[in-house]
Amino acid sequence: MGAIWVIAELNGDGSLARISMEAATLARSLAASSGFDASGIVVAADPAPAAAELAAYLPRVVTVSEPEAAGNAWASVAAERASSVIGRDPAAVVIVGSGPDGRDIAGALSALTDLGILVNATGVAWTDAGPSVEMSVFGGKLITTSTFSARGGIVTIRPNTVAAEPAAGPGAIERASPASALTLPRVAVLERVEEAGAAAPIEEARIIVSGGRGVGSTQGFDLVASVAAALGGAVGATRAAVDAGWIPYAQQIGQTGKIVKPELYLALGISGAIQHKVGMQTAGTIVAINRDPDAPIAEFADLLVVGDLFEVVPALLVALGSRTG
Amino acid sequence: MHIVVLTKPVPDPAAAAERLGPDLRLDRAASPAVVNANDEYALEAALKLTEAFGGEITLLTMAPAGGSDTMRKALAMGATRGILVADPALAGSDTRSTSVVLAATLGDLAYDLVLAGADTSDGGGGVVPAAVATLLRLPYLGNAAKIEPDPAAGRVRVRSFTPIGFDLLEAPMPALIVCTQALGEPRYPSLKGIMAARSKEIATRTLGDIGVDAAAVGGAVASTRVVETRKPPARGATTMVRGTAAEGADAIVAFLAERRII
Ligand SMILES: Cc1cc2nc3c(=O)[nH]c(=O)nc-3n(C[C@H](O)[C@H](O)[C@H](O)COP(=O)(O)OP(=O)(O)OC[C@H]3O[C@@H](n4cnc5c(N)ncnc54)[C@H](O)[C@@H]3O)c2cc1C
Ligand SMILES: Nc1ncnc2c1ncn2[C@@H]1O[C@H](COP(=O)(O)O)[C@@H](O)[C@H]1O
Repeated sequence: MGAIWVIAELNGDGSLARISMEAATLARSLAASSGFDASGIVVAADPAPAAAELAAYLPRVVTVSEPEAAGNAWASVAAERASSVIGRDPAAVVIVGSGPDGRDIAGALSALTDLGILVNATGVAWTDAGPSVEMSVFGGKLITTSTFSARGGIVTIRPNTVAAEPAAGPGAIERASPASALTLPRVAVLERVEEAGAAAPIEEARIIVSGGRGVGSTQGFDLVASVAAALGGAVGATRAAVDAGWIPYAQQIGQTGKIVKPELYLALGISGAIQHKVGMQTAGTIVAINRDPDAPIAEFADLLVVGDLFEVVPALLVALGSRTG
Repeated sequence: MHIVVLTKPVPDPAAAAERLGPDLRLDRAASPAVVNANDEYALEAALKLTEAFGGEITLLTMAPAGGSDTMRKALAMGATRGILVADPALAGSDTRSTSVVLAATLGDLAYDLVLAGADTSDGGGGVVPAAVATLLRLPYLGNAAKIEPDPAAGRVRVRSFTPIGFDLLEAPMPALIVCTQALGEPRYPSLKGIMAARSKEIATRTLGDIGVDAAAVGGAVASTRVVETRKPPARGATTMVRGTAAEGADAIVAFLAERRII
């Protein structure tokens, strides 16, 4: 029987990343349609905590205790260990996230196993030809559906491709003991630095409140953050705001930043340049506050409030507050 | 130091004219080509490094023969030379073929660092660099915000973004590093640079030159294929609200409530 695999990605504290819960949910539903087995693989110095979490989603989880995964860059270590669990199976389907770890795993695993890769999936269904993968290309202008020639392959999925949903009962956890030493060169992690104010990954957010040059300053972004807090959302930004040093690059949305697809995108003082638009135009609802009615964002926002954000935003906070309070 | 920068020509996203041809492959004639924006960050990083440590920069591109036009712009920014791998058999290549070809070409070069972009704007998923590094058994350092080589010690340190901050990574050279925008704004080519680029060398290599079997790569053995395309649903018309700040705020709340977002 064929196999569908999820390679677990981990948070800094060793817990399971949310994207892997989504990947596991997807793997389970593909297994139900195909009759394939769905399994997870956890590679870590101490895989137990993440394995227990992953087993809530999948009937079977294979753990590899790998001490080298701790003090070294993780992805190539994980890819090499995962490749020996998966073996040389051209029909194997492997699902990982489309973020940095998932990409690194996908690239390395492809080189190790010869499996092809379909990237940035926004939807995956099972067909006679194996997984059929939808992705949004050319800045959201086109949706393509692709398949693997060999039926099997690696799929990187965007956050929120499916909603994570645990299985009825927990799966079995088994241990794999690698027979051989790692062959890929290790990259030492000399230091792990946590930065204050590091925000939740914006790709996963249901609501994004984003600020542009019009926000004007770091203090202006405090205002953006209060709207985000009031709506239960995350803070995003344009490159202009990132270049000005008002907000970290991790929050940048667009061609050279993140691609996001939240339910709501609230754009404050953002013109809507094409390089920004390609990162957010597939959002469910786009609302903009801009004092220029002719800004390009007027072309693709659902609602544009023409006005000074420093007047409209405080009023919005009051209006939102009186609603919930 | 000798730095190889992996650069790919892509349809200019600013022209917004990208499309697939009837064969469901990228229609390169439909859109003007530019150097992939993320690769310009890698090139800028390479230029700063060679300014600080001395050395040369080789651009490596796998693309159809027309790819040399876009390479000229990158040469004008200051790269030393280019290598263009172009072969009719490469049409329709998947990420696997691309990685195999780039790795085989690198295999004939001596270098300290290979720098790559985070992903390509024409649908790439940022997977090629890790595949190339793995094929060549090179140390792989992703998400670079800062690159600090120590040529005497033969090592490189990289500040690599993580979801919670950054990791300080260290590896022996040669190594492959994926660059981010945080490394700095790419420079504009100077007039002098543009003039100089005209006479810089772009060596063209075929599959035969790099020792890759034409039957092992390209569209004929592609591991993936596009079977269908559709346009996303069109966005509705824009509602425009003018008035006082309070009216604007109320309009937003009402709109979000109506759509059941709040
Ligand atoms: C290769 C390349 C890659 C790029 N990648 C990205 C990317 O990934 N992401 C990205 O965002 N950009 C990117 N850009 C930059 C992009 O072209 C734009 O320059 C940028 O998005 C503009 O940001 P902005 O909308 O904040 O600023 P502006 O274009 O300056 O717009 C500011 C807007 O704020 C409005 N405004 C000002 N003050 C107020 C106020 N008080 N109240 C209300 N409205 C106000 C103005 O009317 C204006 O519309 C890239 C550019 C290039 C060349
Ligand atoms: N055809 C190519 N020629 C040269 N470099 C490439 C090519 N394809 C990908 N790359 C490099 O790999 C990076 C990631 O590409 P991708 O995996 O296609 O998103 C790019 O930013 C380039 O640095």
